[in-house]
Amino acid sequence: MDGLPGPRVPADRTEILANGHGDQMRKHRSFKALLTAQLPKLVLSPSLIAVFVGVYLFICWTAAISFSSSKMVPKFDFVGLEQYVRLWSTPRWITAVENLFVFTMLFLAITIALGLFIAILLDQRVRAEGVLRAIYLYPMALSFIVTGTAWKWILNPSLGVQKVVNDLGWQGFVFDWITRPEFAIYCVVIAAVWQSTGFAMAIFLAGLRGIDNSIIKAAQIEGAGMARIYLSIIVPMLRPAFLSVIVLLSYISIKSFDLVLALTNAGPGSATEMPSTFMFSATFRRNQMGVGAASAMMMLMTVAAIIIPYLYSELKEDRDGH
Amino acid sequence: MATDRQPGRRSHMIGRVFIYGSLLGLAAFYLMPLWVMVATSLKSLDEIYAGSFIGVPEKVTFEAWVKAWGTACIGTKCDGLKPYFVNSLVMVIPAVVLSSGIGAINGYVLTKWRFKGANVVFGLLLFGCFLPFQAVLLPMAQILGWLGLAGTIPGLVLVHTVYGIAFTTLFFRNYFVTIPDELTKAAQIDGAGFFRIFFSIMLPAALPIIVVSCIWQFTQIWNDFLFGVSFTAGDSSPVTVALNNIVNVTMGRKQYNVDMASAMIAAIPTLVVYVVAGRYFVRGLTAGAVKG
Amino acid sequence: MATLEIERVRKTYGNIDVLKEVSISVGDGDFLVLLGPSGCGKSTLLNMIAGLEDISSGEVRIGGEVVNDRSPKDRDIAMVFQSYALYPTMTVRQNIEFGMKIRGVPPAERAKATQAAAEMLQMGHLLDRRPSQLSGGQRQRVAMGRAVVREPKLFLFDEPLSNLDAKLRVDMRTEIKRLHQRLGTTIVYVTHDQIEAMTLATRIAVMKDGIVQHFGPPQEVYDRPANTYVARFVGSPAMNIVSATLHMGADGGAEATVSMPGGEARITGIPLSAATIKGYHGQKVLLGIRPEHFSLAAETGLPVLIDVVEPTGPDTLAVFTMSGTEVIARLEPFAAAAGDRVSLAVKADKVVVFDAATETRLD
Repeated sequence: MDGLPGPRVPADRTEILANGHGDQMRKHRSFKALLTAQLPKLVLSPSLIAVFVGVYLFICWTAAISFSSSKMVPKFDFVGLEQYVRLWSTPRWITAVENLFVFTMLFLAITIALGLFIAILLDQRVRAEGVLRAIYLYPMALSFIVTGTAWKWILNPSLGVQKVVNDLGWQGFVFDWITRPEFAIYCVVIAAVWQSTGFAMAIFLAGLRGIDNSIIKAAQIEGAGMARIYLSIIVPMLRPAFLSVIVLLSYISIKSFDLVLALTNAGPGSATEMPSTFMFSATFRRNQMGVGAASAMMMLMTVAAIIIPYLYSELKEDRDGH
Repeated sequence: MATDRQPGRRSHMIGRVFIYGSLLGLAAFYLMPLWVMVATSLKSLDEIYAGSFIGVPEKVTFEAWVKAWGTACIGTKCDGLKPYFVNSLVMVIPAVVLSSGIGAINGYVLTKWRFKGANVVFGLLLFGCFLPFQAVLLPMAQILGWLGLAGTIPGLVLVHTVYGIAFTTLFFRNYFVTIPDELTKAAQIDGAGFFRIFFSIMLPAALPIIVVSCIWQFTQIWNDFLFGVSFTAGDSSPVTVALNNIVNVTMGRKQYNVDMASAMIAAIPTLVVYVVAGRYFVRGLTAGAVKG
Repeated sequence: MATLEIERVRKTYGNIDVLKEVSISVGDGDFLVLLGPSGCGKSTLLNMIAGLEDISSGEVRIGGEVVNDRSPKDRDIAMVFQSYALYPTMTVRQNIEFGMKIRGVPPAERAKATQAAAEMLQMGHLLDRRPSQLSGGQRQRVAMGRAVVREPKLFLFDEPLSNLDAKLRVDMRTEIKRLHQRLGTTIVYVTHDQIEAMTLATRIAVMKDGIVQHFGPPQEVYDRPANTYVARFVGSPAMNIVSATLHMGADGGAEATVSMPGGEARITGIPLSAATIKGYHGQKVLLGIRPEHFSLAAETGLPVLIDVVEPTGPDTLAVFTMSGTEVIARLEPFAAAAGDRVSLAVKADKVVVFDAATETRLD
C-alpha cells in the first residue's frame, strides 16, 4: 500500500496527473511514501546510534587502549598483551580477583538463602505482608554510598555493634572485622546482603505466587507434608527465578564500586580491593591507563560470560512461546 | 462446628510463632541501619562520643542537619550539601524525562512496527542494561572532553540518558508487547499515522509503565556514584559524590552526626519516591528478571 | 469402593451461606454428578468431600465412616483437577509414583502399578516425558493415572474436561466412562455441562445457589424434573415452559388450555393424580413440553404459525409462539417452513406440570 495517510486526493489530481505533471507528482508521492515506510527505523536510529557508540564502540576503544602502552594519556600504539601480563602480575589485582570470588560466593549464597526464606515466610498468608515487604525492599532504593556510610559506622568497633554489646555487659565481645585485613571483606558482604536481599525476595515471591494452587492441593491429597511439598515440588519449580537471581546478583557483585569505596575505601590497605575499584584507581589516580583498560576488559568479559548465555536463553524462550 | 484437629492446631500455632518471629526479627535487622542514621543525625557530637550509635538521642538536635546542608566542607568549599543537592536535581530531571521518552518511542517501534532484525536490535540494546560501566569510562571521558562537556552537569545528563535508554526501552517494549496489535491496525485504517498512534493511543495506555520507568530511572540516576565521580569534580558534582567526600575525608574530630545527616539528605529523595510509589518500584525491579 | 453419604452439610463463609443443608446419598460404585452453573456450590461441596475445605455443619461419611475431621490424605480419595495439577518438574512416571513413594510403597510395586495404569489409559509411551511436552488430553490421562494408582475408595473429578476442546471432550468423556466400568469405584464428578452429566452419571444432583434442586437418575431428571430450573437446565434445546390453565376434563382426566395466535387450544390426557386435578381446577399452571414431543398431526393438533425454522441435519427445529412464549419443536427435516400454518400434536403423557407460583412439579 502506498502509505499516504487518508484519502485526501481531490478529484482534480487525476486530471493533473493526466496532464503530464504526473511525473513530478509521482516522484513526490514515492519520496513521501518512502519516508513514511522508513519512519520507524528513522525514529529508532538516533538512540540506536547513541547506544551503539556508547556501548559497543566504547568497548572497542577501551579494548584498543588495553592493547596499547597508554599511561597518563591515551596512546594508540599496539603492544600486544603486555598490559594484561602486567595486570596479572600486580599483587593488588590478584587480591582484587580473590576478593571478588570470595565476595560473590558468600554474597550470592547468603542473599539467595535469606531472600528465599523470607519469600516463603511471606507466602504463608501473613498479616501486614505489604508493610513487611516494604521494609525488606527499601534498602534497594538507597545509594550504595549511603549504605556504605551507614554500615561503616555500625561495623566500627569503637562506635557500633561492638561498643553496644560491650556496654550491655559482654566486655569480651570483639567485632572489629572492618579493621582487620583478613576479615574486612566479610563486612562488605554483610552490607551488600543487607541491601540486596529484598531484591531476591521480590523475585522469589513473584515466582511463588505464580505457582498454580491446585498442584499444592493435589500433593496434599497424596499425603505430602508441607516440607516435602516445598522441597520436591515448589523449589524445583522456582528454577527460572533462581537463574534470574543468580545472574542479576552476580552482575551487581562485579559492578560493586560505590559500596566498597564508601565502606572501606578498598582498605584497610588494599584488603578489600575489587576489580571495579582497581580499575578506577589505576586509570584515574595512578596514571596507568593501559592496565586500567585491561582490568576493565577483564570485568567486561566476565560479565559477558554470565549475561550473554542468560539473555540468549531468555530471548529464545520468548520466541518459542515459552 | 468447624473441624477441630487438636494435634494439628498446636503445631500450627508453633508454625505461626516461628513465621512471625523470624519476619519481625529480620525486619529489625533491615530497619536498624535506617534507625542508626536517623538517631545519630539527631544527636549532638558530645553525646555520640560519650555513648554509642544504637541508643535513642537524649536530646534531639538538628544542628547536624543544618551543618550538613549549609556549612559542611566538601573539598575546599564549605557550603554544605545544598549546592550538590541542587546539582543532582538539575541533572536527574532532564535525564529521566529524556531517557523515558526515548525508551517509550523505542519500545513502540520495536513492538508495533516490526522489521527484520528487530529482535537482534532488542538483544543488542538489552546487553546495554548489563554493561559494567568501567568498560566505557575512558572513552566517555574523552568524548565529553571533545564535546566540551567535561566536568559539567549537561555532560552527566547526556551520559545517564544514553545508558538509561537500554533500561527504559526494555520496560516499554515489554509493556507494549501486551497491547494488542489490533489497536494500532484499527487506528491505521482510520488514517492515523506513526506519531498520532504513538501520542493518542500508546502513551495514554502506558501510564503505569511510564511511572515505573520514571521511578526506576530517578532512583538509578540519583543514586549513581561512578559516573558522577568520573565525569565531574568540585562544583558540578552530584550529591552522592559530595557525600562520599564528606564521609571519607577526615579533618580533625570525626563528625559522625554530620556524616549521618548528610547520608540522610542524599537518601531522602529516593526514599520518599519509594514510600509513595513502592509498587511501581517493585515492578521495575522484576520487569527484566521474571519472564511471563 | 464405598458408599458416600452427605448429611445436612452446610458451608458458611462469614455471613454467607454458600451451601445450605445438602443431603445426598449414593451407593457403592455409583457415578454421582454435581451439575450446576458457576457459583452454585458444587465445587465447594466437592472440596468438602475431599477435605480441602472445612465443613461448617453436617456430616460426610465415606464407607460408613465419618470423615469430617480427617485430612485429605486420610480419607482414601483421589482427585482429578480442572487444570490437571501435574508436577511440572517431574516426568509422567514420577508424577504417578509420587504419592506411592510418600506412602512407602516399594519400588517394584510402584513400577507395576504405574505400568498397569499406563496400559489402562494408553499412555505407556509418555512415561518419560514432562508435562510441558504433553497435549491437554494426554495431561488429563496422566492426572487420571495418578488418581488410579492410589486405588482409593472415592474418585473426585473437578470439571476435568472444561479445558479441552469440543472433540477431545467427547473422547475423554468416553474414557472416563470406560474407567468407571472397569474399576467400579464410586465417583463424584463436578460439571456445568449437562451432556456430560446425562451421559456419565448414575445419579445427578442439580444444584443452584447452594441447594440441591433435584437428585435422581439421569432419565428421571430428564423426564420429570423437579422444577422449571432443572427442566430448563437439562436437555438441549431446553424444555419449553408455557403458561396454561388446568381443568378437569369430562372424563375426570387433566386438560390444559393454552392460548395460540388463532385462539385457544386444549391438550388432553396429561397424567396427574385425581387430587391434584381437583386442587388445581381452573388455576394457572406451567406446562413443560420437550421439543421432541411435538409432531405434525393431521388437523386435530394445536394450530401453529411457524416463525423460524432451523435445520440441524437430523431434525428441523421449528420456532413458534404458544401462550405468548417462544417455543421450539423438533420435527422431521423439511416438515415445515417459516410462515406455514401447521397442526402439531403433543405427546400428552410426557407433559410435566408445574405450579405457576412455586415453579415446582405437581405430583
